[in-house]
Amino acid sequence: MIPDLGKYSDTVLSSYVASIVLLVALIVFSVLRGRKVRAEMEKVEQRMMRNG
Amino acid sequence: MSIAAKANALWEYANPRKFLATSERVLPFFWVASIACIVVGLVWGFFFTPDDYKQGSTVKIIYLHVPTALMAINCWLMMLVTSLVWLVRRHHVSALAARAAAPIGIVMTLIALVTGAIWGQPMWGTWWEWDPRLTSFLILFLFYLGYVALWEAIEDPDTAADLTSVLCLVGSVFALLSRYAVNFWNQGLHQGASVMRAGAITGTDTEEKVSNVFFYPLMICIIGFVLLFIALVLYRTGTEIRARRIKALLARERVGG
Repeated sequence: MIPDLGKYSDTVLSSYVASIVLLVALIVFSVLRGRKVRAEMEKVEQRMMRNG
Repeated sequence: MSIAAKANALWEYANPRKFLATSERVLPFFWVASIACIVVGLVWGFFFTPDDYKQGSTVKIIYLHVPTALMAINCWLMMLVTSLVWLVRRHHVSALAARAAAPIGIVMTLIALVTGAIWGQPMWGTWWEWDPRLTSFLILFLFYLGYVALWEAIEDPDTAADLTSVLCLVGSVFALLSRYAVNFWNQGLHQGASVMRAGAITGTDTEEKVSNVFFYPLMICIIGFVLLFIALVLYRTGTEIRARRIKALLARERVGG
């Protein structure tokens, strides 16, 4: 239920959409890269332990 | 514990293992608290505050524009402090924290610029004006891009940390100008501080300030964005520490084998 934004509805909604998309992209990208790097580090550490 | 002892205890976090262990312990709190504050602040501001008598419903953009603009400037100041720590004490974690913070600063600056432009079109009649504050903010954004590009361009991490730290010192001029340009030049379209001004908060000055009906949800949004920034910096610094360890392990493997 969106409140009545009057003649500025496009202005307000586009600001919210653009901001939320950018924030979510930042969080998702950070978390995905974090997981990838963590998994890679564990793989390298295990390989080095096996090889002494 | 004395202040000197407390300050010394702070340097323990320059140890990557200690930093990772502590950040993993506190991160869930920062993630949950930041998202809760941002959701509450935005929902309150968007659904339960009235239109402004001058700006109409566009006043609702304040809940995104002001916190992101604040974080854009303060992110660079945080990078300045950690860069100085790197230059003076050579703690790798501090250089990596600055590197981790830069993309957050880019997004915060971009949101502030985009929401400002979208708001400016109906209110000022233009998307953009070469106003002191807007211009210094755009230069700050370009400094963020240059900072990230410099980290990526240099292979040796210590050299990259040195050069980006110097760039950070230079860019700090524009971070401060972004905040105080209006006071210095007293011209342009962008108004002066009306939220984070001591006199506006205590009511001791007579200049226009944000009404309480907008102020409370705005403060919750600002707290939420500060907590989100801390969460992202801690998380991303952990990632940078691990990425650096991978490089070191692979280098050791090549030498050994």
